[in-house]
Amino acid sequence: MEIAKVLDAKGLACPMPIVKTKKAIGDISSGEVLEVHATDKGAKSDLTAWAKSGGHELMKDSEEDGVFKFWIKKA
Amino acid sequence: MTEKKKTTIVLFSGDYDKAMAAYIIANGATAYDHEVTIFHTFWGLNALRKDALVSVKKGFMEKMFGKMMPRGADKMELSKMNYLGMGPKLIKNVMKKHNAMPLPQLVEMAQEQDVKLIACTMTMDLLGLQKEELLNGIDYAGVAAYIGDAEEGNINLFI
Repeated sequence: MEIAKVLDAKGLACPMPIVKTKKAIGDISSGEVLEVHATDKGAKSDLTAWAKSGGHELMKDSEEDGVFKFWIKKA
Repeated sequence: MTEKKKTTIVLFSGDYDKAMAAYIIANGATAYDHEVTIFHTFWGLNALRKDALVSVKKGFMEKMFGKMMPRGADKMELSKMNYLGMGPKLIKNVMKKHNAMPLPQLVEMAQEQDVKLIACTMTMDLLGLQKEELLNGIDYAGVAAYIGDAEEGNINLFI
C-alpha cells in the first residue's frame, strides 16, 4: 500500500485527532492513502464514523502498545 | 457539490466545563465539514470577553456586572466542584497532563476554522457588555439570525 501522508496524532486528546485528520486529508488527492497514528482511546470509533460520513474508505486499522493506526483512502 | 450540513449551538452557560463541551463539539463538527454557529447568550457571552481590561463608558450597574463576571474564557468557573477557584486550577493541571486543549485555545481554533461566533445583542445590553470588550471577528445578532441558521441545522444544541 502506498502512503501519501502520515499524520502523527499521538498524545492528542479529543477533538484534536479528528481535526488534524480532516486537515491532513485536505492535503492529499482523491484515491491516495492517509496513515494516522493516535493514542486517544476513542480514536477508533471517531475515525470510523468520520470516514463513513465523508465517504472515505477506512482500509485497515491496527493497535499495538496503545497506538492505534489507521489507513484511510480519500474519496 | 451537495450543500453543507449545519451545526448550531446556543451557549447559554458561563461554566468553563460546559463551554468546553460546546467548543469541542463545534470544532468536531467542522471536521465533518459542517457550517458551525455558536450563539452566545447570557452567561455564555463571557466566553467571548477579552481577558484584558477594556475601558468603556458604563453606568454603575453595568460596571458592577462587568466586575462580577469572569473576564474571558480562562477565568470561567466550573459547574461542579469549583471550590472557590481551586477546581478550575486542578482541572487545568489534569487537562495539561492529558493533553486536552484549554478553553481559550478551543475558542481560538474555532475562529481559525471559521466557526461563526455570535454574541446576542439583547443580553449584551442586559449584562452591560460592549463590543469593544468582546473578541474581534465575531458577529452580533438576535434570535432571528439564530433561527435562520438553526432551521437548516442538522444538529442544534442548547448548552
